[in-house]
Amino acid sequence: MSAASPTARRGLATRAVLYAILALFAIVYLMPLYVMLTTSFKTLEEIHQGNMLALPGQWTLDPWREAWGSACIGLECNGVHGYFFNSIKIVVPAVLISGLLGAFNGYVLTKWKFRGHKIVFGLMLFSCFIPFQIILLPMARVLGILHLANSTGGLVLVHIVYGIGFTTLFFRNFYASFPDELVRAAQLDGAGFFTIFFRILLPASVPIIVVTIIWQFTNVWNDFLFGVSFASGDSAPITVALNNLVNSSTGVKAYNVNMAAAMVAAVPTLIVYILAGKYFLRGLMSGSVKG
Amino acid sequence: MSNASPERDGGARERLQRWLPKLVLSPSCVLVLFFVYGFIAWTSYISFSDSGMMPDYTWVGLHQWSRLWTSWTWGIALHNIWVFGLLYIVSCIVLGLILAILLDQRIRAEGVLRTIYLYPMALSFIVTGTAWQWFLNPGLGLEKTMHDLGWQSFSFNWLIDSNMAIYTVVIAAVWQATGFVMAMFLAGLRGIDGEMIKAAQIDGAPAWKIYARIIIPQLRPVFLSAVVVLAHLAIKSFDLIVAMTGGGPGNATAVPATFMYSYAFSRNEMGIAAASAVFMLAVIAALIIPYLYSELREPRS
Repeated sequence: MSAASPTARRGLATRAVLYAILALFAIVYLMPLYVMLTTSFKTLEEIHQGNMLALPGQWTLDPWREAWGSACIGLECNGVHGYFFNSIKIVVPAVLISGLLGAFNGYVLTKWKFRGHKIVFGLMLFSCFIPFQIILLPMARVLGILHLANSTGGLVLVHIVYGIGFTTLFFRNFYASFPDELVRAAQLDGAGFFTIFFRILLPASVPIIVVTIIWQFTNVWNDFLFGVSFASGDSAPITVALNNLVNSSTGVKAYNVNMAAAMVAAVPTLIVYILAGKYFLRGLMSGSVKG
Repeated sequence: MSNASPERDGGARERLQRWLPKLVLSPSCVLVLFFVYGFIAWTSYISFSDSGMMPDYTWVGLHQWSRLWTSWTWGIALHNIWVFGLLYIVSCIVLGLILAILLDQRIRAEGVLRTIYLYPMALSFIVTGTAWQWFLNPGLGLEKTMHDLGWQSFSFNWLIDSNMAIYTVVIAAVWQATGFVMAMFLAGLRGIDGEMIKAAQIDGAPAWKIYARIIIPQLRPVFLSAVVVLAHLAIKSFDLIVAMTGGGPGNATAVPATFMYSYAFSRNEMGIAAASAVFMLAVIAALIIPYLYSELREPRS
């Protein structure tokens, strides 16, 4: 505990320095977000003349309107809104299905152990850490064969498959500490496999469900590699659209529109983080395996 | 079911109950076996085949591997990932540890500060890259700001300087991940037994000595976790480089992940792309498997 921290009781000057350093770091960490936000409310003219750190002299919502509805990405000039909805179409089923599979897997791997359960878990766990470059080539071919290339459906499949490892890890570690006695007692009462899961384990799983949903949501929403590899054009997710907008726009660079589009891409995960940071952190920590 | 005699019904149900767990697990197993391990096998085979634009299953031995190893761009990519990885891991750990120690001094606004340090982790690398590309923009970003503030000679054009561009990616990547490393260290600090520290305090040991001799050595498992997690993130890094520099100027910020992508999807050299992917997997496996093994072997009870 911090009570034992050797510098916990120090003079006023030391503490002032301490707070100053921490505040300085906080400013450095907030700076890019601040610059992104203020730039997105400025006119291009002001960006070229004014200071990056200054607040907008004349606030304007036009960059946001343009980013959402009329900025040119590739040949089409409809803004990022279509891609934003693509991301939602990908995220919702991918998170729910991979989460459900993970919950069942975790349940079986802890409460219905069989010979080789450790190997199964090990294989699933390792799949979390593979560099996805190793599956890009065959996946592109398989999606082509399944007629899922360049579709949001294809990306849903990809995210489910490569999400199972993490969701299984979360639920397995959570159920490992769930008392076996309760399961055994229910079994003696004649409760079956699904009854035990839905009546006994699931109601107690709210925290890990939240952790899993947040983790998967953030990962899938922020994905770029799968999106850029398997979905071009109309079916691309928001991250791919943002990158295309920012890095391949010809002519005058509309920094304010770029920043507004970046904010559009960032807002969903930021909101989740602000509302449920505790669960986000728990996911991160379990993601680094200590669980 | 209800028509069957109670006895037969019971037997079938019992058998079903016995198989149900494995039945429920099997879709995931099939998916993982096919899409992960089957694909790894396929890509590995392709790296020894004559594949170019289309898969060609003719065995050519180490041909693609030697083409990979003599590729100029691959040399740059390997060099960059060393520089990037090393700086990224060391900076994140040093900064993360410092922040964790500072935050562990009964700071009043700890919750708020932690939230601020950690929020970049919730952002997409593409957003981070876009933001930093703008922030470090040679014409309008930091450089101009410094000029406006009166520092006329200030110059910062790393983003378009082939020799320096990789360092801008390091800056953005460190900004994004430090909060996470800090959280890991903070959790480690909170788990340290206070007895030894109190004893040392009574002996009159200065604070820095207590940290150097007692506290930091006890954080060894956190260091290990942090290095493994950061190294594996570094090897996989792709998005941030694409968003910030596009691998440029020229090839200056190419890394294995961007190399693989461009050989697979723009240059249509499947064989070389597969070889580079297998190489990445091998490095990560060498790092992750011993780590997972030691983590999972620890008794849970």
